[in-house]
Amino acid sequence: MNSRPSNLGHLNGVGRARWQRRFLISVIVAVAATALPGLAHAGPLEETLTEAIDGLGAPSDDKIDESIGKLGVLGDPRAIAALDALCDERLRVGSDGHAYVWDSKTRDLRSPLTGQVVNPEPRPLKEVEVSNEIRRVAFPVLAQLKLGSPDGAVRLAAAQELSNGGSAEAPALLRGALAREHDSNVREALILAIARVDLGSADAAARLAALDVIGKSGDDDFLSTLQQILGQGADGKPNELDPRVRAAAARARNAVISHQRIVGFVGDLLHGLSLASVLLFAALGLAVTFGLLGVINMAHGEMLMLGAYATYTVQTAMHGSRFYLPVAIPVAFLSTALVGVLLERTIIRHLYKRPLETLLATWGISLGLIQTIRLIFGAQNVSVANPDWLAGGLQIAHGLVLPWTRIAVVGFVIVVAVAVWFILQRTRFGLEVRAVTQNRAMAACIGIPTKRVDALVFGLGSGIAGLGGVALSQLGNVGPELGQSYIIDSFMVVVLGGVGRLAGAVAAALGLGVVNKLLEPLAGAVLGKIAVLVFIILFIQRRPQGLFAIKGRVEA
Amino acid sequence: MERLREIHSPRAWMLLGGAALLIGVVIPLVAPEYMVPLLGKFLCFGIAALAMDLVWGYAGILSLGHGLFFALGGYGMGMYLMRVIAGEGVYRSNLPDFMVFLDWKQLPWYWHGFQSFPFAMVMSLVAPGVLALVFGYFMFRSRIRGVYLSIVTQALTYAATLFFFQNAAGFGGNNGLTDFKRILGASLHDPGTRKILYLASAIALFGTYLLCRFVVTSRLGRVVTAVRDAELKSRFCGYESTNFKLFIWTLSAILCALAGALYVPQVGIINPSEMQPSNSIEMAIWVAVGGRGTLGGAVLGAWLVNGGKSWLTAALPSAWLYALGALFVAVTLFLPDGLVGLGSKLFRSMGRLRQPSRPPT
Repeated sequence: MNSRPSNLGHLNGVGRARWQRRFLISVIVAVAATALPGLAHAGPLEETLTEAIDGLGAPSDDKIDESIGKLGVLGDPRAIAALDALCDERLRVGSDGHAYVWDSKTRDLRSPLTGQVVNPEPRPLKEVEVSNEIRRVAFPVLAQLKLGSPDGAVRLAAAQELSNGGSAEAPALLRGALAREHDSNVREALILAIARVDLGSADAAARLAALDVIGKSGDDDFLSTLQQILGQGADGKPNELDPRVRAAAARARNAVISHQRIVGFVGDLLHGLSLASVLLFAALGLAVTFGLLGVINMAHGEMLMLGAYATYTVQTAMHGSRFYLPVAIPVAFLSTALVGVLLERTIIRHLYKRPLETLLATWGISLGLIQTIRLIFGAQNVSVANPDWLAGGLQIAHGLVLPWTRIAVVGFVIVVAVAVWFILQRTRFGLEVRAVTQNRAMAACIGIPTKRVDALVFGLGSGIAGLGGVALSQLGNVGPELGQSYIIDSFMVVVLGGVGRLAGAVAAALGLGVVNKLLEPLAGAVLGKIAVLVFIILFIQRRPQGLFAIKGRVEA
Repeated sequence: MERLREIHSPRAWMLLGGAALLIGVVIPLVAPEYMVPLLGKFLCFGIAALAMDLVWGYAGILSLGHGLFFALGGYGMGMYLMRVIAGEGVYRSNLPDFMVFLDWKQLPWYWHGFQSFPFAMVMSLVAPGVLALVFGYFMFRSRIRGVYLSIVTQALTYAATLFFFQNAAGFGGNNGLTDFKRILGASLHDPGTRKILYLASAIALFGTYLLCRFVVTSRLGRVVTAVRDAELKSRFCGYESTNFKLFIWTLSAILCALAGALYVPQVGIINPSEMQPSNSIEMAIWVAVGGRGTLGGAVLGAWLVNGGKSWLTAALPSAWLYALGALFVAVTLFLPDGLVGLGSKLFRSMGRLRQPSRPPT
């Protein structure tokens, strides 16, 4: 262990010596890594560790090389900070002779082992200058230490770095790390990293095995590499001479491409589903109010917007507490429902016999609401942060992560749709709503308070849209004109689904949302939209009452 | 002669003549030069309001897609104005500048022929007309009406807006068509040309007015009104309501396109924001303010709303949307017959009145 390879340098010239030293260090490191994992945290070595780290600040390159070698042998991940600092030229030597790490962000001097700020600083400080030679020596050691780090993310990054770096030690280091690895994510990354390194191997069998691994993974990072293997050099000769390897590369490429296609399709599907959910939030309310009152509320999209701003307000008021969402949901529902009831009481109820004019009046209301929000919150978009329990996603396959937010939005709309169905079909209020929808005069005759039903239904419809706003705030930015972009689509849902029919609204929203998203990669977003519109126009030729018509209605 | 009296009473003809004198002779003589394009713009809005009133006031179809026809007419004119200066753009190319910018090598097929003024004029009326005919055929045939129809027309103009916003559509995308220089050899920056465009708009406005008046006082116009008020009854009387509605709808679209074609050389630009759904809805409020079912009221409403907009967006920009929103609500709640309706109501209460043609509530 104490053999000094640098002694050879005096005999054979500096360059050759460096090469041998690097080789020896990596051998030692590899041996140590497999043989001595337990030693890393043993007490007596603590002093050696400090000594080796201080050695990184030594004035001569040879001394630094030696210290790097020692750190590799010790295999203690606590040395990562010091080695990183060395490579980035952030290592300083204090007047006390110890090495420190300079934190350029906070402008503090930190202890390399504990990371604590050193105060007062042991001035004067001396910078440690590093040559590329030293960096080359430090690189595999650093990678090796990182591969042994207790932090999975660090190990993952190290595996990727090693596979891209193309250093001679990489295969041995990666295989060693794989043997010790327990985390499945990191294992997968290590296997891929080994495959990437093996693609450059001289052994055809290793290349074949690597291609097999890559094909199974479906990782599109390899696509350009695979294309290159299948391609030809400038002289017309294929880059890969072995036909078996070429065939395997072609298979791997096809596997990667088809995997990506599936991933894209499933991703689009979920995206379409979450779009459908937002449309459904808007359309549920529209379908119920239109069915009951026969008027179209052009300000309905603004209820989405108000709901989203209510979420933003709650988030701000709770200082971004991670549980702001459970509070925001009732707040958004109640505030938009209140706005809806107010609108119905003051304006819309005077216009029930003039549906076309209701359209204009509610459009005017929507202009007022947009401008009010603009004056309060500004014309710029505000961003609502996802709570941490909705961050990230569900990984289904390599490269296919379904974001929790979208899954949550789909789940949320299912709950709300079931609740609305329950209210309409299983409660007394729902019975009254259905009675008024079927025959207003008769319902009034048997004592149903039709005016109160009108106002409450309008409030319910607006409140559901407000819940849609909560969902929207989790999917993207929130701006005053948020509602405008959804309102026309949600009208189309109502037209397609039929008036006053929950099942129709659900089917139409699902269809429109998913078809829209699936058409996008084929025809582009705009042509997809136009195609959907043409489809609707042709569809209502056949079924003017929508997908699920209420039997016996004469007037649309 | 008898027909002329049917169209208007002698007193109304004299009033109309007075208005023509004022707009066609007095204003061009006294208005300052910078006002001329603005006033010309207002005349075009008046034509669009007439078109809107024809479908809404007389046929009961609240179109939320007339901005599309207006913009299509404008695009037809814009394409002529772009083609006529071929080779004089920034890039000295035969193609319009935006096509050079997109690295297009040749003119798309639908741009051919637009260097000819008559062809471009015919196309800017025919293209929107055909679109309206096809769309209307499918809509009216399947008996789509009321708010349903309004929503679908709005979706139509929304889809068209998205389409025109695309660069690949070949209409200049976001920026639309602009940097016009000459129309029929005359510079667009020349005050004389501007005055001629203004006069052309004035003639078009009065022509459109008389045409609309002719239509609504004709037998056909009376059937259309009957269809508006009681579609089922008129169908049972043997009138095929679909055809009557389709005729009025298509005529209205063509008139709206005419307004757009005259509008573009006076404002110097046409872009997809002209056909946004909100613009179409604003047209409806012009008519509602003036009074549905009264042609003069529609024109008056267009001028009042746009005059208010010009003044308020300069004086108090943040208040404009409130004012417009309040206008929508107030007019529908308190002035169902618009200003003309209010005027004649006051008139009536003073004891001497004429019955205006009123749409049903």
